[in-house]
Amino acid sequence: MGKDNLKLIELEKSSKKKKTIYRWILFVILGIFAIFYIAPLYVMIATSLKTMEEIRIGNLFSLPGGLNFDSWVIAWQGQTTNTTSGLKMDAGNVFLKNYFWNSTKMVVPAVLISTIFGALNGYALTKWRFKYDNIIFLLFLFGTFIPYQAILLPMARTLGVLGLSNSITGLVVVHVIYGLCFTTLFCRNYYISISDEIVRAARIDGAGFFAIFFKILLPISAPILVVTVIWQFTQIWNDFLFGATFSFGEAAPIQVALNNMVLTSTSVKRYNVDMAAAIIAGFPTLIVYVLAGKYFIRGLTAGSVKG
Amino acid sequence: MATLKIKDINKNFGKTEVLKGINLDISEGNFLVLLGPSGCGKSTLLNTIAGLETSNSGDILIDNHRVNDMEPSDRDIALVFQSYALYPAMTVKKNVTFGLEQRKISKEKIEESLKNVANLLQINELLDRKPSQLSGGQRQRVAMGRALVRDPKIFLFDEPLSNLDAKLRVEMRREIKKLHQKLKTTVVYVTHDQTEAMSLGTKIAIMNHGVIQQCDTPKIIYKKPQNVFVADFIGSPSMNLINGILNKNSSGVNFECVNSKGANQIPVDSYNFINKDSHNSREVLFGIRPEHMYLSKNNKNDYQIELKTILSEYIGHEQIITFNYYHQELVGKFSSSIDIAMEKDFNLFFDLDQISIFDKKTGERL
Amino acid sequence: MYWIKKNLPKIVISPSFALLAWFVYGFILWTAYISFTKSKILPKYDLWGVGQYVRLWSMDRWHTSVSNLFIYTVLFLSLCIIIGVILAILLDQKIRGEGVLRTIYLYPMALSFIVTGTAWKWIMNPTMGIEKFFIDIGFVNFTFDWLVTSGMSIYCVVIAGVWQSSGFIMAIFLAGLRSIDDEIIKAAKIDGAGIFSIYTKIVLPMMRPVFMSAVVILVHLSIKSYDLIIALTAGGPGTSSDMPAIFMTQYAFNRSEVALASSSAMMMFLTVTAIVVPYLYSELRREDGKR
Repeated sequence: MGKDNLKLIELEKSSKKKKTIYRWILFVILGIFAIFYIAPLYVMIATSLKTMEEIRIGNLFSLPGGLNFDSWVIAWQGQTTNTTSGLKMDAGNVFLKNYFWNSTKMVVPAVLISTIFGALNGYALTKWRFKYDNIIFLLFLFGTFIPYQAILLPMARTLGVLGLSNSITGLVVVHVIYGLCFTTLFCRNYYISISDEIVRAARIDGAGFFAIFFKILLPISAPILVVTVIWQFTQIWNDFLFGATFSFGEAAPIQVALNNMVLTSTSVKRYNVDMAAAIIAGFPTLIVYVLAGKYFIRGLTAGSVKG
Repeated sequence: MATLKIKDINKNFGKTEVLKGINLDISEGNFLVLLGPSGCGKSTLLNTIAGLETSNSGDILIDNHRVNDMEPSDRDIALVFQSYALYPAMTVKKNVTFGLEQRKISKEKIEESLKNVANLLQINELLDRKPSQLSGGQRQRVAMGRALVRDPKIFLFDEPLSNLDAKLRVEMRREIKKLHQKLKTTVVYVTHDQTEAMSLGTKIAIMNHGVIQQCDTPKIIYKKPQNVFVADFIGSPSMNLINGILNKNSSGVNFECVNSKGANQIPVDSYNFINKDSHNSREVLFGIRPEHMYLSKNNKNDYQIELKTILSEYIGHEQIITFNYYHQELVGKFSSSIDIAMEKDFNLFFDLDQISIFDKKTGERL
Repeated sequence: MYWIKKNLPKIVISPSFALLAWFVYGFILWTAYISFTKSKILPKYDLWGVGQYVRLWSMDRWHTSVSNLFIYTVLFLSLCIIIGVILAILLDQKIRGEGVLRTIYLYPMALSFIVTGTAWKWIMNPTMGIEKFFIDIGFVNFTFDWLVTSGMSIYCVVIAGVWQSSGFIMAIFLAGLRSIDDEIIKAAKIDGAGIFSIYTKIVLPMMRPVFMSAVVILVHLSIKSYDLIIALTAGGPGTSSDMPAIFMTQYAFNRSEVALASSSAMMMFLTVTAIVVPYLYSELRREDGKR
C-alpha cells in the first residue's frame, strides 16, 4: 500500500515537472515571436530618434544617444535652412503635414458615408425580404474580392470626365464606392443574427422602415458600427493604390507622400527622417488599433469562423 | 372585441403548400387555439391574420371588414411573440408605450393606459428596467403588457409560453386564462402543447400539413376525435388504437382484434356510427383512451377484456401499465395505490361509451 | 405614395446597388472589353481578338511577374498559416499576459503596406541594416543583400508580408480554437489522449472552415500585392520582384499600353474569381443548410 502511494506521488511530481518545463518552453517560443514582431517597431522608433552620425556608427538595434526629435520635425513640416534672407524652405522636400490633412479630409467623409449606407443596406437586405435580395447580397460580397486593377483604368477616365482627377473629393468618391461592399457585408452579417421578431413587433406597433431602423436597430448596432468604422478608417487611411493612381502632387494622401519622401533623396539618404515619417503615417491607425482593436478583431473573426 | 372570419385561405412558399383551404369562424370573446405539430402551418396562419404574411387566396375579415390589404398596424391587432421580441435598447415603459406613441396618441391617454396595464400585470417595479435585466417570466408579462395597452380588437399569441420552464409555464397559463375571463377579449393562440390548448381554449382548431383536422370545443375533441391524427395528438398518454376488423351479423356489430382468430369479439352496437351502413369486414382501428380502461365494472356498457401485463411505470399519483392484447401493446392509467403484478393475466373493463372507431385506410371516424 | 412605402427597402438599396453595378461590374466589363482591343494611350473600341493576351504571355516581364506571384503566394500562404496556427495553439494554453501578446502579434496589421515596406526596407538595407547588426555582434562575414539581389528580392517581400499578416491568421485560428466545445476536449482527455494528439487528431481537423477562410484571405491579399512591393523594392532590382499588379499599373499609366494592361488586369481578375467563386459557393451552401 505504502509503495503504491509513493509511486503515485513520484508520478505526480514528475508530471508537474514536465508541466513546468513545457510552460517555460511555451514562454520562450512566444517570447521569441514577440521579439520578431516588436523589433521593427523598435528599429523605426530608435532610428527616428538618432542623428545620421549615430546611424552610421551604430547598427539597427543600438540605442539612440538621446531623444533627438529633429527628424520628426523635418518629416512633418520640412527642412528649413537659415539663409541671408531668413528661414527658407528647402526646395524639392517632401514633408507630411499637408498630406496628413489631405488624408484626414478624405477619411472622415468616406468612412461616415460608406458606414451609414452599409448599415442601411445590411438592414434592408436582412429584415425586408424582396425579390433577388440574396443575389444582390452575393454581388456585394463578390465585390469585396475583386482586384482593383480591374477597375483602375475606367475609374481614372471617369474621374477625369467628372473633373475629379487629382482631388480629395475624387478619392472620397472612390473609397465610398468600393467601401460599400465591405460595409454592407459586415452590417448584413450582423443584422441577420438579430431576431426578425423584433422587426415584426415594431411593424405591428405601427413603425415604418426608417422608424424601425433609427429607433430600434441602430441603438443596438454599436458592435458592428465599431467594426465597420475601424475597418474603413484603416483601409482608407492605409490606402496607396487609389491615392497613387488617382492623385499626384498637392492632393495626394499620406501614404503616397510617405512613399515619395522615401524615394526622393535630394542629397543624402536620411534614414531617421524616413523612419519618423513612417511612424507619423502609421500612427493614427496604430492608435485606433491599440485603443479599440479588440472589438475590431472580435467582429472580424466571428464572421470568418462561422463562415 | 371583434369577430374574426377566415375564408378559404391558401398560402404557398414557393412550391410548398403551407395552408390549404383554411376556414374558421371565431365569434366575439372566443379563445381559439391553433394546435398542431411543428410545420403544420399554425404560425403561418397567425402571421397571415396579423398581416405579416400575405395569403395567395382567400379573405380575412375582422368585424366583417376585409383586411387582406391592410398593414399589420392598421388591423387593430396585437401579437405576443414566442421570443417576446422586446426592443432591447428601450426601457420596459418605452417598450409598452412605443406602439401608442407611433399612433400619436395623447400623452395623458398613454400614461393612463400604461398605469392600467402595469397594475393589471404587476409590472410597475419593472418599468425603468431594460429587457436584458428581466427574467423570462417578467419579459413575457411585459410582452403581454405591450399587447394589452393597445386594447386591440384581436389578440394573437404565438407560442408565448414555449420559452419558459415547466413550472412557470403552468403559472402563466393560469394568468392568461384569468385575464381572458376578466377582459373577455377575442384571442387566437398558437401552441404545440395539447395540455395548454385544452386548458386555455374555448375552441381548438387542430392543424396538420396545412389543413384543419378538426375545430371544436376541447370536450368534443377529447371525446369524439374526427380522425386518427386528432385522437393520437390529444391526451397523455395517447389513445390506444387497436388493429382489427368489424363483423356485422344478425346479432349486431362486433370488433374482432387482429390475431384473435375470431375469439373474444367486442360488441360495439352501442357505438354511435356516423354512417350506419356497410361495416362488414371493414378494417378499422378501435380507439380507447388509457383512462377509460377500468379495473372493475362501473357502467352498464363496460365490457370485460383479458390481457397480459408487461410493463409498469410509476409516476407518483398514477401508474402507467403496458398490456399485451393479442400481440398489440395497450396502455392503461390507474391509481398507484393498487399493486399490479407483471407478466400475469389480467382483466380490464373497457368503457364502451367512450370508444372511437376509425377506418384504417382513411383514418376518419366512423 | 403607397408604392414608395411598399418598395422602400428596394429604393434604399438602389443607390448602392447602382454604384456597384456601374463602378464594379460595369468597369470590369469595360476593362475586359478593352483587353480585346488595340488601345494604347486612348481606348479604341474596335475589337482585335485575343492579341493582347498572346502578347502578354510572350513577355518575359509578365512571366517573371507570374512566377514571382506564384513563389510569393506559396511561401506567404504556408508561412502565415504555419506561424498563425502555432501561435494560436500556444496562445490557447491560457497564459497570463495573453492579451498583451495578442496585441503584439496583431499590431502589424494596423500599419499600411507602405509603412511596413518602408520600415523593412531600412531593416534589410544591404550595408546599414541587419547585415551591419550581425557584423557588429561578431559574425564578421555575414552578408544580407537580398534586397538588392535579383532573384532574392522577392523573398524580402515574403518576410515583410508574413510579418504583417501572420498575426491576423493567428487571430482567426485562435477564435476558431476557442469556439470548440469544451466537452469534446474533455471526452478526449478521458479517452486518454495527450495534448499533442488532441490538437493534431481532434482540434485541427475541426478547423477546416477556418483553414479555408485563411487560404482565401491570404491568396486574395497576395494577388492584390502592390503597395508592399512598391515601398520595399519598387519591383526591383530591375523587374526581379515584379508582380502582376505592378506590371498592370506600369503598362497602364506609365507606358500607355491600355489594352495590354487591361489584359493583365483581367488575368488577375480571373485568377481571383477561380478561387473565390467555388469557396463562396460552398460557404453559402453550408449556411443555407444550417438555416
